Amino acid sequence: MCLGIPGRVVETFIEHDVMMGKVDFGGVFKQVCLNLTPDAEVGKYVIVHVGFALQVIDESEAEKVFEFLQHMDDLQELRAGEEDANVEGAP
Amino acid sequence: MPPIADFDQMSCPTPRRQHERVLLGHGSGGKLSADLIQRVFLKELGNDVLSSLEDSATLALGSLEPAVDDARSGPRIAFTTDSFVVKPLFFPGGDIGKLAVFGTVNDLAVVGATPLYLSAAFILEEGFEIELLRRIVISMRHACDQAGVTLVTGDTKVVDRGKGDEVFITTTGIGLHAANHALSIRNARPGDQIIVSGTIGDHGMTIMSTREGIEFETALQSDTAPLNDLTRAMLDACPSIRVMRDPTRGGVSSTLNELATASNVGILLDEASIPVRPEVHSACEMLGLDPMYVANEGKLIVVVAEQDCQSLMKVMKQHPLGRDAAVIGNVTADHAGMVVMRTLVGGQRVVTMLAGEQLPRIC
Amino acid sequence: MKFQAEYRDLVAAKKLQRAIGEIVTQPWTIMEVCGGQTHTIVRYGIDELLPDEVELVHGPGCPVCVTPLELIDKAIEIASCDDVIFCSFGDMLRVPGSRHDLFEIKASGGDVRIVYSPLDCLKVAEQNPDRTVVFFAVGFETTAPANAMAVWQAKKRRIDNFAVLVSHVLVPPAMESILSSPNHRVQGFLGAGHVCSVMGYEDYEPLATRYQVPIVVTGFEPVDLLEGIYRCVRMLEQGKIGVDNQYARAVKREGSRVAQGLIKEVFEVTDRKWRGIGTIPHSGFRLRSEYERFDAEQRFAVGDVQVRESSKCISGMVLQGIHKPHECPAFGKECTPEHPLGATMVSSEGACAAYYNYGRLLESHQPSCSSTLAGKPAIVPLPTD
Repeated sequence: MCLGIPGRVVETFIEHDVMMGKVDFGGVFKQVCLNLTPDAEVGKYVIVHVGFALQVIDESEAEKVFEFLQHMDDLQELRAGEEDANVEGAP
Repeated sequence: MPPIADFDQMSCPTPRRQHERVLLGHGSGGKLSADLIQRVFLKELGNDVLSSLEDSATLALGSLEPAVDDARSGPRIAFTTDSFVVKPLFFPGGDIGKLAVFGTVNDLAVVGATPLYLSAAFILEEGFEIELLRRIVISMRHACDQAGVTLVTGDTKVVDRGKGDEVFITTTGIGLHAANHALSIRNARPGDQIIVSGTIGDHGMTIMSTREGIEFETALQSDTAPLNDLTRAMLDACPSIRVMRDPTRGGVSSTLNELATASNVGILLDEASIPVRPEVHSACEMLGLDPMYVANEGKLIVVVAEQDCQSLMKVMKQHPLGRDAAVIGNVTADHAGMVVMRTLVGGQRVVTMLAGEQLPRIC
Repeated sequence: MKFQAEYRDLVAAKKLQRAIGEIVTQPWTIMEVCGGQTHTIVRYGIDELLPDEVELVHGPGCPVCVTPLELIDKAIEIASCDDVIFCSFGDMLRVPGSRHDLFEIKASGGDVRIVYSPLDCLKVAEQNPDRTVVFFAVGFETTAPANAMAVWQAKKRRIDNFAVLVSHVLVPPAMESILSSPNHRVQGFLGAGHVCSVMGYEDYEPLATRYQVPIVVTGFEPVDLLEGIYRCVRMLEQGKIGVDNQYARAVKREGSRVAQGLIKEVFEVTDRKWRGIGTIPHSGFRLRSEYERFDAEQRFAVGDVQVRESSKCISGMVLQGIHKPHECPAFGKECTPEHPLGATMVSSEGACAAYYNYGRLLESHQPSCSSTLAGKPAIVPLPTD
């Protein structure tokens, strides 16, 4: 359910007393209702579903999975390093 | 929580049935179109030439019998027809007149023929502005000049207001085959490479951007273009090309499914190598569509033997209409009749034919 | 697109795939609740990247699949009326009712239109003051604020030629009904990310405790799904229960208070029938009495439609993860994507349609057709066409 895609707010305006905006989805622009995301300003990314921004994307949270993967890589290297050390230490 | 209904009695279905009326999906170029062709047209009208379902029929002149793929019986002509019903009539990158000329030119070009002559039939709605008609016709003249074809005959009919949609155009074309090319959708062999001549989905998403209720702003333009100059260069450089098709309605996936079925081979695609413009990608994401099913009007798919692939790619990339050409997959002996894609993240999926009309989805 | 392309990265996916393989020690059954997630799994072949121990079960989170037959018949009846412009999201048009679908009504002269947003319907209503514009307001919690906004604005702007046919469903009661079924096999859930963007995940915490399951709120890109599965498997392996949030870039624990307020203003909770599952108490929204004049069911007096469903389809059990699609006697025979018997075969993200295509692929590698019925889709019998 619930196709939602990220886009960047490029303009905000009021229509029928409701906050609306123009959102850039990678070169495709669409009018979107920003009423549910009062903190959506120009330049911020929002998740849009059926013409409504649901949430402003938390950019620091968005990085965490990649930090986690980097951390895993580091662990892997560490472990590999330890194994190498063990091999070297073997008689 | 109170008990809910007995699961063993649950069901969800409807009686299966065949459609009693024509739906929009019957014109989508996908599975429904194919069903209609099989059930109605081929059933009543089928013959060796029609039933081969090539983009153009190949006919031998000098004989009263149609002779498919028979180079010995004199000059062979390619013969094709196509109707155009696009809304809006004028769109970024083109208009219905340009489409009507290039669409038929391309159907001739991809069977390896040199397009020569066109006819055009106009169905006009009472009340349609003559100035708009003139603009369309001028555009057709330019398109004919560009493609190097001559429009030699035509017809006009007018229907009552409300009984048509401004203007429909049908074009028919004749081209001449060179001596020894025998391109056919049945020629693909395991090991062959599959090339697409450029970015996919440009035309369909441009039209979609103007569709009432869905419209969005973008700099996208239709890719409508005559492919005969490109195909000529390709065939001159690489006579061993096995198949060419232009993936119009139904998109690349429907064309490749037809190919896999007709040649009784499998197709394995690499998602990462398929060229898609960022705007087409974004618009598809926004509407929940897949560029593989979106129409093209100036692109072609080529199947070529592996040893000729690189030289052909070089020729294509030197041509303005083939600049973004890419090898997108290969023909396999496995999974005959099916198109399978290796996805961006390394999984696999089956790429089916478009089932009906492609619909924007919410989920 | 930023916040999308990086979540489709092959290298990141491979790392997560390896990480899942490293922590799993025994078989686990995980249900992704949401149809959008099923779509990603099928579109990117994510099942295939998982170790044999991890089995994904496709849940009931596709509004197209679970909209009851009666509602589709009502939609068809309303759309057939003169002076009605019937607007819908594209997905609903192909779903079969008892005798027709909305496409066929369009082919027979009904004015059926596809819209991108519910707000577009208000524009259509203003442009056509002498006709009634009816919007088929389907969806889960994610779509509810948008649909609520359309009704709220119609009232405020006095657009009286607008009405909605409401078929709104709610996720937590459906999860609860699955968990309380004696036959269920689900050991962990991937929660529906965008539903939680709106509603938050506080409601999932008591569910996790009561039924002793881990629930990982998960996003929709391949890397999201793989990370969600990784986190869920990790919780299962460690014997942890509770709610984890993989999709923190778009989901806060409390959700969107603004959206929830708007929903409360327009809708109230009601019992809802789910196609293939049955009536689930408190599992949907209906219009509040202050807004009932926008209720299409009342305006068109289509309250009492009788339907009879075929007995062959087992989509109810498929939607609950009790049976796999290929265990259905009609699967691939009477029921195919071109001639669906059930909605799980109609929708592109329906479990049956996914199995149909995937099964065809595997079968072509293994010409001898196995008749085993358990396990992963590797043993799906080949459809007969």
